[in-house]
Amino acid sequence: MSFLKKSPWVLHYAATSCNGCDIELLACLTPLYDVERLGIVNTGNPKHADIFLVTGSVNEESRKVVENLYAQMPDPKVVVAIGACALSGGIFRDAYNVYGGIDQVLPVDVYVPGCAARPEAIIDGVVQALGILEERAKERKRQRRMVRA
Amino acid sequence: MSAYTWWLAIGFLVLGPLVGALLAGIDRILTARMQSRKGPPLLQPVYDVLKLLEKDTLVVTHLQSLYLWGFLFFMLISGFILFLGSDLLLSLFALTVSGIFLCLAAYSTNSPYSNIGSARELMLTMAYEPMLIMVALGFFLVSGSFRVSDIVQGSPWQVLQLGGILIGFLFVLTIKLRKSPFDLSASHHGHQELVKGITTDLSGTDLALVEIGHWYENVILLGWLYLFFAPWGLAVALPISIVLFFAEVLVDNTHARLTWSSALRVSWWVTVLFGVTNLLVLPLIGHSS
Amino acid sequence: MFPIIFLMGFPLVAGLAIAAAPDAETRGRWVRLSVALIALVSVLLALSSMGEAPRFFALGEGTQHGFDLAITAASLALALVLLYFCRRIRPREWYIPVLILLQTGLMLAVEFAAEHPEVEHALYVDSFSALMALIIGGVGGLICIHAIRYMQDYQAHAEGISDRRPAFFFMLFLFLGAMFGIVFANHLLWLFFFWEVTTLCSFWLISYSGTEEAVRNGFRALGLNLVGGVAFAGALVWLTMGPGLHTWELDRLVDAGSTLALIPAVLIAVAGLAKSAQLPFSSWLLGAMVAPTPISALLHSSTMVKAGVFLLVKLAPVFHGTFAGFSLSLIGGVTFLVTSLIAVNQRNAKLVLAYSTIANLGLIVMCAGIGTTATLWAAILLILFHAVAKALLFLGVGTTEHLIGSRDIEDMEGLVYRHPTMAAMLLVGVLGMFLAPFGMLLSKYTCFQAFLTVDVMPGAGVLLAAILAFGSAPTLFFWSKWMGKLVAVPRSAPSPEPKIPRDEWIALVSLTVVTYVACALFPLADLAFVQPYTQALVDSGLIPASADRIPWETIVLMSVMLAGLFTLPLAFWLRRPQYAEVSGYLSGANVSGGASFRGAMGLERQVESRSYYLQSFIHEVPLMRYALIGSALLVILMLGAGL
Ligand code: SF4
Repeated sequence: MSFLKKSPWVLHYAATSCNGCDIELLACLTPLYDVERLGIVNTGNPKHADIFLVTGSVNEESRKVVENLYAQMPDPKVVVAIGACALSGGIFRDAYNVYGGIDQVLPVDVYVPGCAARPEAIIDGVVQALGILEERAKERKRQRRMVRA
Repeated sequence: MSAYTWWLAIGFLVLGPLVGALLAGIDRILTARMQSRKGPPLLQPVYDVLKLLEKDTLVVTHLQSLYLWGFLFFMLISGFILFLGSDLLLSLFALTVSGIFLCLAAYSTNSPYSNIGSARELMLTMAYEPMLIMVALGFFLVSGSFRVSDIVQGSPWQVLQLGGILIGFLFVLTIKLRKSPFDLSASHHGHQELVKGITTDLSGTDLALVEIGHWYENVILLGWLYLFFAPWGLAVALPISIVLFFAEVLVDNTHARLTWSSALRVSWWVTVLFGVTNLLVLPLIGHSS
Repeated sequence: MFPIIFLMGFPLVAGLAIAAAPDAETRGRWVRLSVALIALVSVLLALSSMGEAPRFFALGEGTQHGFDLAITAASLALALVLLYFCRRIRPREWYIPVLILLQTGLMLAVEFAAEHPEVEHALYVDSFSALMALIIGGVGGLICIHAIRYMQDYQAHAEGISDRRPAFFFMLFLFLGAMFGIVFANHLLWLFFFWEVTTLCSFWLISYSGTEEAVRNGFRALGLNLVGGVAFAGALVWLTMGPGLHTWELDRLVDAGSTLALIPAVLIAVAGLAKSAQLPFSSWLLGAMVAPTPISALLHSSTMVKAGVFLLVKLAPVFHGTFAGFSLSLIGGVTFLVTSLIAVNQRNAKLVLAYSTIANLGLIVMCAGIGTTATLWAAILLILFHAVAKALLFLGVGTTEHLIGSRDIEDMEGLVYRHPTMAAMLLVGVLGMFLAPFGMLLSKYTCFQAFLTVDVMPGAGVLLAAILAFGSAPTLFFWSKWMGKLVAVPRSAPSPEPKIPRDEWIALVSLTVVTYVACALFPLADLAFVQPYTQALVDSGLIPASADRIPWETIVLMSVMLAGLFTLPLAFWLRRPQYAEVSGYLSGANVSGGASFRGAMGLERQVESRSYYLQSFIHEVPLMRYALIGSALLVILMLGAGL
């Protein structure tokens, strides 16, 4: 079993969101939901993170940041898009300046719907991401073994 | 140096991380409870480190790993000396060197956050170093030796004789454990202005090394604290030191962070008022040696 | 005895020959040759005096008389030369000629006193002076070699500075000769003469460039050292005509112990303090920064300041257990604490080195003032390690300045990647200064123990130990942040930079090796040079025997640490971890790697970060002012306690 499952560290980035989803996300850290009991820590630093939680509809400015942060995360890693905006652009979908959906710029693994997404949904999304993370870890291990051989 | 102390020292090398991890785990649970949360499982720090070892490591410069090896190596030496019952000053020295290596690792990545983190870490070293020396000097004055094995067998009254020094030590312990109000160099909660300070640009195995190093460090510090009460015997001394150790968690959760200049000023004042004064009046309280 | 005479005389001859050399090429060759000879002889001397008891040499009646006359004549000539230089003084430097006249007057009074003590042994060598000779010959010699090429570049860069290199090298060698004189002379009048020669040389070398600033700083050095000189001459007057002790021999003076010899000893201590740039006299050493780097290196490491502490350590048995000695220690302590703090403020690498030199000498003075076996042991080791590491650092900074065009620590960022060899040497120097398990640490470690057992007055020991503890902390800070700058990875790819010239390379590499060897073979140096010296003092009952030797397990543990320092880089080099590289974290706003980021309004901005210099926390000017007043009071206290 991989320990990634027991200690998922997340990085949260608001890519031009309305902050609604972000507040819900932070609510997960509060005593009511207390995600730390699952070992989840909000690192605020891509180099420490395993799961990238992105909210918002992404515009040109935030695209660069999202890409940078993603590149600075060590493998294995997964991306979770949170909220209607991050899924498809949400109510901003028709705005001229947004990409509309994180998957326009990053490979997204889990989509958490809602406007704003509820903390329970977010936690559920993270838990689903853990399964994917574990898959990736195995894949990664196999790759490393092959490189060595 | 008896067979017993050799076992202790080797035990430190082998079991040190486990004990350190347990301390860190308890710390996290206590913190969570103080914030009326449930908190992570006890072994969470172990899971974290094992996970970090599974992950890829990204470096800014390859040399950063070298400095981290230095950090861990001197940390091990420091604890080894302490548990071998050898020289306290020497152990302190190795501890300082190890801290400097950690700073070098952060400096070598040359990102602004790491730079600020390591500069502040050095500043904190400057703040607590005199007090730690006072502790060693205090033990020397009451037991006539810098050797840990002699200090352990000192007079049962040494805690009272070294009351001021104990207060000073508890004060700098907060700094050493990187607890608020002195968590200037690497905040525990990463999503802040400092990001992760000194460890910002370390990842994967490198970060795991730092964590393991900190576990060892916690054990060493607990060992130092234990020395004050050691003459009372393990059954009494260990619980007392553990309680005092975790009192730092309370301090952590009830204080806001200080600026570096007040941290430096306050800790030097404490060193003078409690440490040096204690040493000066020590002859009046009576030597036991 | 031959090697001693050779070491004292040969530099003069060599200096004259070098000054007369037809061209730069020949001059360089001769410098190398002479340095090799001097170093060889000092090594031989050191080998032959390893573990030996002190040896005293009596010259024949006639020879000694001849030398006496020659030295008297030379002293007068020296005074005249100094007076001649005084033609360039400013009105407010009026005191300089006065001091020269005063000192010469005192000297003449001593020379022509109605009856003066007979000198039996004019020269001596013991293991301490042999070690000093090794330092002077080895480190000093390497600095001379470094100077060959350095001065060529210096002259090429410096416009309007007349090329006085022949005289420059003459002065360098004269300086070395005088230093040998100081460590071998048992005849106090000779010692005093050599002492004054170093004053003259330092004055000339500091004002080498002839600019207004250099000349003023030269005169400052001259003036402050003359104050010491007058005190020294006062001590000689006391020893000749005073009521108590009646001798012109150093060993008799030391043997007389504190009851008889304290008065001349405190007077000589003032001279020692001035020469070793302790507060309140330290400003001259900072002013000496204007001189070309080899000069700074020479003044800071193997000569000049070391002459001061050498004499203080020699006199330590007299100070042992007296209040005057305690005051001396306090002067050293204040100097150590204050200059360590001020060094944190400095950005200029040479100034950092200068302040740290003064601080380290302060530590040595602290040890000398206490004068127990353990502190003497620490003091001598400090002298050794400081000489080697500081010479390396000074020359290293000099060469770095030629390579990167700056001596600002901020500009040395990334030197490990831009100039690996140079940076490695600087790092060895820094590590040797404060981290090397056998260097500073061991000395400090011994000091703590020794200080706490001081019983001059209640609380004295704790006071000294506290000063040491508080002074060490900033030391740690400023060295580490400098190392931090050196090891930082450059944010943008470095441009190719010039190579280190050969002569500078030789000197630097040798010093690096010497630093390593000194650290690794420290127990040998201890056995061969330090212990015989302290043991001889203990045997003659001058200082109490002490049991606080460093236990063997401590030595073993330190060796393990040192071995670790060696093997970790090796292991790393052999088994380099294969990690992917990524740029530093800039909140995701990186533009070109870690070098720039997208700032407000989408503008690209360069990343810049500076070290902390704590200028809002440590205020250099007022701190220095208080320290000057305090230390001046302490000097008065020391004199009062002695007289
Ligand atoms: S999904 Fe709704 S709440 Fe979330 S960021 Fe978009 S608009 Fe705001």
